[in-house]
Amino acid sequence: MGDTISFPHLDYAALWPMLILFGAACVGVLVEAFVPKAWRNTVQLVLSLLAMGAALVMVIKRAAAGVTAANAHTASDAISIDKAGLFLQGALLVLGIVSLLLIGERTLETGGPFVAQAAITVGSEADRRQAARESGATEVYPLALFALAGMLLFVTANDLLVMFVALEVFSLPLYLLCALARRKRLLSQEAAVKYFLLGAFASAFFLFGVAMVYGFANAVDFNSIHANISTSDKPFALLLIGLAMLAIGLLFKVAAVPFHVWTPDVYQGAPTPVTAFMAACTKAAAFGGLARVLYVGFDRSNWNFTPVLGVIAVLTMLVGAVLAVTQTDLKRLLAYSSVANAGYLLVGVLGGGAAGLSSMLFYLVAYGFAIIAAFALLTLVRDADGEATHLSRWAGLGRRSPFFASVFTFLLLAFAGLPLTSGFTAKFAVFGAAIGGGQTWLVLFGVLSSIILAFPYLRVIVMMWLSEPGDTTPSVSIPGALTSAALMVGVLVTLLLGVAPSSLLDLANNAASFVR
Amino acid sequence: MKYLSILTLVPLVGALAVAFVPRSRPQLAKQLAMLVSLVVLGVAVATWLAFKTGAGAPRLQLQESYNWIPAWGAKFAFGVDGIALVMIALIALLVPLVILSGWHDAERSQRSVPAYFALLLALEGMMIGNFVATDVLMFYLFFELMLVPMYFLIGSFGSDVQPKQRQYAAVKFFLYSLVGGLFMLAAVIGLWVLGGHTFDWQTLTDAEFATNAQRWLFLGFFLAFAIKAPFFPFHTWLPDAGGAAPAGAAALLVGVMDKVGTFGILRYCLPLFPEASRWFAPWAIALSLVGIIYAALLAVGQNDLKRLVSYTSIAHFGFIGIGIFAFTIQAGSGSVLYMLNHGLATGLLFLVVGMFVARRGSTMIGDFGGAGKLVPVLAGVFFIAGMASLALPGLAPFVSEFLVLIGTFTVNKTVAVIATVGIILAAAYVLWMVQRTTQGTLNDKLRDIEPMKKDLSLREGVVVAPLIALLLVLGFYPKPVLDVINPAVQATLNGVVSPERSDPAPATTVEAGK
Repeated sequence: MGDTISFPHLDYAALWPMLILFGAACVGVLVEAFVPKAWRNTVQLVLSLLAMGAALVMVIKRAAAGVTAANAHTASDAISIDKAGLFLQGALLVLGIVSLLLIGERTLETGGPFVAQAAITVGSEADRRQAARESGATEVYPLALFALAGMLLFVTANDLLVMFVALEVFSLPLYLLCALARRKRLLSQEAAVKYFLLGAFASAFFLFGVAMVYGFANAVDFNSIHANISTSDKPFALLLIGLAMLAIGLLFKVAAVPFHVWTPDVYQGAPTPVTAFMAACTKAAAFGGLARVLYVGFDRSNWNFTPVLGVIAVLTMLVGAVLAVTQTDLKRLLAYSSVANAGYLLVGVLGGGAAGLSSMLFYLVAYGFAIIAAFALLTLVRDADGEATHLSRWAGLGRRSPFFASVFTFLLLAFAGLPLTSGFTAKFAVFGAAIGGGQTWLVLFGVLSSIILAFPYLRVIVMMWLSEPGDTTPSVSIPGALTSAALMVGVLVTLLLGVAPSSLLDLANNAASFVR
Repeated sequence: MKYLSILTLVPLVGALAVAFVPRSRPQLAKQLAMLVSLVVLGVAVATWLAFKTGAGAPRLQLQESYNWIPAWGAKFAFGVDGIALVMIALIALLVPLVILSGWHDAERSQRSVPAYFALLLALEGMMIGNFVATDVLMFYLFFELMLVPMYFLIGSFGSDVQPKQRQYAAVKFFLYSLVGGLFMLAAVIGLWVLGGHTFDWQTLTDAEFATNAQRWLFLGFFLAFAIKAPFFPFHTWLPDAGGAAPAGAAALLVGVMDKVGTFGILRYCLPLFPEASRWFAPWAIALSLVGIIYAALLAVGQNDLKRLVSYTSIAHFGFIGIGIFAFTIQAGSGSVLYMLNHGLATGLLFLVVGMFVARRGSTMIGDFGGAGKLVPVLAGVFFIAGMASLALPGLAPFVSEFLVLIGTFTVNKTVAVIATVGIILAAAYVLWMVQRTTQGTLNDKLRDIEPMKKDLSLREGVVVAPLIALLLVLGFYPKPVLDVINPAVQATLNGVVSPERSDPAPATTVEAGK
């Protein structure tokens, strides 16, 4: 027996970031059990930040030590910590830290943005009591850590089964997090159920796709799949159906049309810090996974997935933009804009080659920071009933709080892609990669979509600056230190990546390679 | 001396400084803004003096270059040719006058006074940035950014009469420009990919592009410039924006900002895509001709002074358009001179209209009538501005319009003849406007309006005097400007048409014609 099963070699130096996060998440669960309630929030916050910081240090150390084709694979080739994977892990951790600051904010309202006990029936006497007094659940920290750890694994998974496990590991905590809003709890629970049901479907599709691909290639790891695409004697339809199903699972996570319908509801219902976390990190993780599947597993010239995905990219850009125009709620508006942005990212991915990959990496970071800052600002504009996200409530905000209105205007201009913001450089990168890759038609649709999408952004600007403040215009709360930090980081990075994007561009260019 | 970067940075830094002046001290903001704009004027004069003309002078002068995004080969590269220099001089001259004329504008709108002047200065810096850029991405940057201050000038500080219309105009302006800008972005990226990952204007000019690619890229750029200029049928935003903007901002919008469009055609479309330019020239000329006639007819029918002036500008841009696409040096130089003269004449007209509107509190022509009896001097200035606008001989626009027409006539008689109809229509809309506003019997209502009894104040006199003086001087002696313009126009057209074509230099013609 002894020689038939050998324990796979584990390169701990490469796995540390994930191990730290998973470990810290488990410790976080113990904290819930043993630390007195009054201390829990502080302990959890510090623990999570430390864990993410330590994981980031490990990622940087690993990157500094140098990644080669020889040392990239570990755990029997199930995990591939290559350059692109490391970049994505680093980006996920940085974006995760910034959104964790939002999750940790407790000064904006009593008890923070999360409900104390999600199980209490909405509207009951107990619910009223807890809404008024009790501090929010601190389980959100280990949940966020588990999700982030899952994402780190997801972007480095080198075979479809590990990828599926990672997908579930990061999805399940997100479903829970969505349901934990302190205000508008029914909306929040509805969002969670919707997200869970549709997400479960998507996962099932993914898993079925894995089975199909296994049927074709007799393997689930990307190297073998890639090698078998041209040599296998099985019916090619198996592979096509398999890839289509894998794509459905992944495109659901990136919120591409027609798998986007959950996005507005979930973004609106989830607690805003969680929305920020999902918009930045889930998107990055899902695109990282999608790119790896396409570039590493299925990139063979004897057949071509570009036209199909191209159509999806076009639909995503146009539908996202058009539906954004009709929105009257800011969270839904940003949700549809995030759908459209998934389309731009797809354009970059389809640009192909190192340029396409590096443009995608750059875009993910740029967009992540901007969207976190935008949601951070949304948490500040509030009245007695919590956040005031309806567009009409923002009328005349520029007169009441010129500073925050200016910041939000800047972020909107960044989303619209005006120069000197990260939105412009990011768009330039993906469109440049696409034209370079011969996909000019995608760029034309991208331009068209940007034009449409400029309108809703502009409408918000008009609301804030050119309309008279009404009686119901809420005030902007003074942010606590954590939200301020997240907001400032987001805005400064958005500006920095617009004015001097060189260092991140170089970083992304260097990182733009997967190891097969 | 790094003239050009200083020219760009001073107003931008000044804008930032003015923006941080507390709202409670409007006077300080105004003085600071004035000071900054005068410094810019001074630097612009120095730049003009440092610019070499005559044989052997290089086309792009006073060049500077700083790395921006090495990964893409993008630079902050500065440099001017004669065309850009003239436009910069126009900006530097107009902005102090606009600031002076708008001394009380912002107070009337009950918005932040420092913000108004900060926006004006920011706009100045960004407009200058367009003309000094020799890096395509840097040009695009300023081309797009310039929208933001103008958007707020229209939206926040526009005419108080109808806030809804003001919002509408601001959004329409922004969206139209953004549409053009984004198509240009696609073209810029295409240019960058095909041109070998560089944004350097000189390098790209030397590059050869395939016919098909050239035409698409040309279209991308041309669309942006045609919307900006604006040419028919992309013009509908201008009357709204011009009508809603405060008079000073409207003067800058029509006087200078729109010239970025025609400048862009001269600097980017023609040299980068010569073959496509020749191919599209008949279409561009057709659009220009339609614009001349159509906008003039609409101008005749306007009841709103600011909208009327906006429409006259669209007609004038038609002349600039046929001048550019006639591909003769006479017509080309005439077009560039037209860009300058139109800035002076229409700038003056907008400012004077603004003075009338400030007194009457209305932009409708019907609310005036016989105003000359109350404010004879102001009415006189209005008359001069009108005459400049219809290109009366002796005033500067005449020279440029004449050059455009004879330059076009030598290559295409039909176009020149049709365009001449525009001159007749110009006489109609200007004379009728002047007559309905200032001549005839005095509108009784005007008698009861206190401000209408004050004639041109000293401040307003200072605003209009330099413009009138320049219109007269350039009407009789345009040579100094033509000497600056000609080499650049010649260089621009050399790439497009074969140099053998006989084509007299315009300076001599003008002297003979005079």
